[in-house]
Amino acid sequence: MTELPSILPALPELVLALLAIALLMYGVFARTDRTTACTWAAVYGLGLAGILLFLEAGSRVEGFYGQFVADDFTRFAKLLIVAAAAVVLLMARRWMETEGIQRFEFPVLMLLSVIGMMLMVSANDLIGMYLGLELQSLALYVMATIQRDNVRATEAGLKYFVLGALASGILLYGASLVYGFAGTTSFTGIQTAVADGEAPMGVVIGLVFVVCGLAFKVSAAPFHMWTPDVYEGAPTPVTALFAVAPKVAALALFLRVAMEPFGALTAEWQQVVAIIAVLSMIVGGFAAIAQENIKRLMAYSSIGHMGYALVGLAAGSAEGVRGVLIYLAIYLFMNLGTFAIILAMRQQNRPVEGIKDLAGLGRTRPVMALSMGVFMFSMAGIPPLAGFFAKFYVFMAAVEAGLVWLAVIGVLTSVVSAFYYLRIVKVMYFDEPLESLDPIASPTLRVVMGASALVVTFFFMAPGWLVGGAEIAAAALVAG
Amino acid sequence: MEIGLSHYLTVAAILFTIGVFGIFANKKNVVVIMMSIELMLLAVTINLVAFSTYLQDMVGQIFTMFVLTVAAAEAGIGLAIVVVFFRNRGSIEVEDINSLKG
Repeated sequence: MTELPSILPALPELVLALLAIALLMYGVFARTDRTTACTWAAVYGLGLAGILLFLEAGSRVEGFYGQFVADDFTRFAKLLIVAAAAVVLLMARRWMETEGIQRFEFPVLMLLSVIGMMLMVSANDLIGMYLGLELQSLALYVMATIQRDNVRATEAGLKYFVLGALASGILLYGASLVYGFAGTTSFTGIQTAVADGEAPMGVVIGLVFVVCGLAFKVSAAPFHMWTPDVYEGAPTPVTALFAVAPKVAALALFLRVAMEPFGALTAEWQQVVAIIAVLSMIVGGFAAIAQENIKRLMAYSSIGHMGYALVGLAAGSAEGVRGVLIYLAIYLFMNLGTFAIILAMRQQNRPVEGIKDLAGLGRTRPVMALSMGVFMFSMAGIPPLAGFFAKFYVFMAAVEAGLVWLAVIGVLTSVVSAFYYLRIVKVMYFDEPLESLDPIASPTLRVVMGASALVVTFFFMAPGWLVGGAEIAAAALVAG
Repeated sequence: MEIGLSHYLTVAAILFTIGVFGIFANKKNVVVIMMSIELMLLAVTINLVAFSTYLQDMVGQIFTMFVLTVAAAEAGIGLAIVVVFFRNRGSIEVEDINSLKG
């Protein structure tokens, strides 16, 4: 009698998958437009998944014959993903309505991409890793193109598709080499195969391909060229999602691949990751200076932030993993808050995206300007805002791992990036207003903006909940 | 001459390289890029099947089935995006994909 695979560890994913299918049917067969109902159902479903994740905390369980793993590390990353997706769905509702592109497919695709991301985070096998990655990517390609009568959105989707498919292909080629030379697709099996720190050449080459594919997905330089175009062209709510959730998922997968199956080969990937981190920090710092479009600026900003997060991975220690997780959580708050403001940027009820449109915001919309200022100072890493602590933990981990040069480059590039963050503050407070922005019509955007600004400002008073949580999560990954 | 594992791996590596070059060097048509992506994925399946036979391990062939399925889904979504782009732009020449720059 063969034993059935245990599927309960994947309960949150199963809930979301069933909900996505049910909502798709509901949306197709309903006679009237059901976007609002689908959106709320998706938000509640994501909330339920979040609660389920909380309830399971503390244990490490495997399912599907060891292909799927759920421990505190995956729960931490999944909570970030679920929270980001729910907030983006709520923020997107009003924006999609005013732009006339509300479709019930949007929440359905959001759910599907979230399931893909959660499978990526929980993957414990090359097959599971690839399938999760593709489910995520395929849903995101369509979401980028959801404004299908717009040249820029469809072009962004096309570019994202071509380069995303290239990245998946590279990652898959690496996976096939690892499978062939390690003899197994299971992460646990690969870990045993390379446990003595000596790996066949084929495994190392495969590892390099996998790292390149993952660097594409987290949009780290030199694989970042799709990011600015896709961020600029895609509808703003989709950009807000791109900036947060897929990065959390891809970095969590990156952490697991690097620390678990290839933990014994740290010397092989450490240099590659360090170089990718340095290039990302430099590209993110210098290329953003000349930008005039705020979404494009956020794209370069996200490239830079991924560079800082990868510094923590390059450290290759439990402190490094903890640093990356703290960085991702704080990055989530800063980015969601900033995108709430970008979504609220309208003049005479049409959306604007230029940095010059923020001119004089300090006088015309003081609360909005103050929040934006908080996010910009925080992203620049100025104490005592949360962004400073994010950088502090990854740089400390790098120094403790003996990568002092990496931390020094990180500090220098964050000074460069402070230039363009502070330029936005200067535009808001010292430039003459040309035409004032409309007041924020949506209460959701106001709440997201205010709540993120409060978290970012007062993080230093009680950092324990995040640091403690990240520490438990990091311990689950490094010990497991 | 005995055809061994290394011959299959070489063929797969050549096909994969052609696929990658097809994406970057192609200046004509987006459909050619889609074909190049397909070529990359098929190179991987050759790799997987060759390893599967060499290792006497079925997992590689199961992986291949998944890759083929995903490749079909990817081609479907890719063509849909190309069609939508063509409706807006009236062209799928690579040099006409230029409204976003910076």
